[in-house]
Amino acid sequence: MSSAEHLPAWSLPAGSAESLELPTEWPGRVTREWAWGDSTGKGVKVCILDSGIELGHPMVGEIDGAVAVEVGPGDEIRVVEDAEGDLCGHGTACAGIVRSIAPDCSIFSVRVLGAGFTGSGTALLGGLRWAVEQGFHVINMSLSTTKSQFAGMLHEAADAAYFRRTVLVASAHNMPVESYPWRFSSVISVGSHEEPDPLTYYYNPKPPVEFFARGVDVEVAWLAGGSARSTGNSFATPHMTGICALVLGMHPELTPFQLKSTLYLTASNVDTDD
Amino acid sequence: MTSDLRAAVAAGVMASENAHRALLQSTVEVARGIFSAQAATIFLYDDETDELVFEAVSGLGAQALLGNRIPSSTGIAGWVLVTRQPLVLEDVSHDPRWGGQEIAERTGYTPKGLMAVPLINEEDSVGVLQVLDRPQESRFSLAEMELLGLFANQAAIALDLLRKARRARAVLEDSDAQIGALARLAGEVERLEGSKRQAGLDLIRSLEALLTR
Repeated sequence: MSSAEHLPAWSLPAGSAESLELPTEWPGRVTREWAWGDSTGKGVKVCILDSGIELGHPMVGEIDGAVAVEVGPGDEIRVVEDAEGDLCGHGTACAGIVRSIAPDCSIFSVRVLGAGFTGSGTALLGGLRWAVEQGFHVINMSLSTTKSQFAGMLHEAADAAYFRRTVLVASAHNMPVESYPWRFSSVISVGSHEEPDPLTYYYNPKPPVEFFARGVDVEVAWLAGGSARSTGNSFATPHMTGICALVLGMHPELTPFQLKSTLYLTASNVDTDD
Repeated sequence: MTSDLRAAVAAGVMASENAHRALLQSTVEVARGIFSAQAATIFLYDDETDELVFEAVSGLGAQALLGNRIPSSTGIAGWVLVTRQPLVLEDVSHDPRWGGQEIAERTGYTPKGLMAVPLINEEDSVGVLQVLDRPQESRFSLAEMELLGLFANQAAIALDLLRKARRARAVLEDSDAQIGALARLAGEVERLEGSKRQAGLDLIRSLEALLTR
């Protein structure tokens, strides 16, 4: 393999179009059967950036690891093994939803909560950067910040993820405030619909929210091996994360652009024949 | 700042602090009423201690909770504050440690479910509004979530004004303790009515005449 092949393709010299051959053969019509068929998400690494995950929860099962992001007095970031589990219950709920859709994907917890509110934006950014560097395939972010000082850096991290084939799935805000990172076009942003089917999702032709997934009255995992019924965009997001894991389990070579295109083509209001 | 001006500012600051507190209380009362809930609370984020403070409470456990503090980034309220995401939880099972623990520990009343929404003013997450234990038969809809969001906007503005009024008072008091006392006195007189108010004003005028003679 020549060294030139390691370089990014900044341009396309004459006669080299065959070098862009795609590893996936796209069908004439993209269906859910093609998109994920009987995929279980096996081989797909999912990161839950949240409040931690309770170990051994029956609705979550085994997880691949857990770290916590700590913020030092000078805003320096430390990523340490997490022995705390879940400080709220929310991360466990998200992990349980992903597991219910993609039972064989691997799940990793990056806890960005618990360091206090003051350092929370720094922890969110530090946790996201760390997760992108680890090469997870999908990162579930059921959270956001309203602080504009973080917007630029989060945008860079989201773009870095996009180019490294890490898909960010982020909760949209359902209140009239500016928040990030869900508004960035490099992420998959998710709001809620009220239907009970976990695989029903809609493409929204009026962004910034791009997809609506199940987010109302969802039975979720909660602390101490328990459960709760829950509502909110933060529960719709792991539904899309789980669906992304199914598609990437079937087609691991898809870029975030191709994955988002696949989600569009298989959305419940687009592929209405299924 | 002259003492006259300082007294005038203090009178305004103290009056507005009381008005904003009343607005917050009214918000939790109305939220509780509209959602037929057992209780409703507003937490204020205290950036000096990095804690959430029960600032207004309506319903079960109200008196026991007011003024209590919890860490800012744990439990349901902490999650909502940090992530800026509203959420609803109902029929929480098994665990005494869940997000209702801060209420259960202090009141003996353990909520089974809640709706929580962040209070966001411009860029700042200034607190959390919670509505506890709605009737079992009701199922939460997205429309109700939006309604709660509207309440949250109102509460966020009131909470922000309350914080500003308190800071202004702290600045006045720190700058000169004696004049701060005078300012508080002026604030009290400002609130009086009828003959009491007249008597208060006469007293202050007499004091002024005496001191400036």
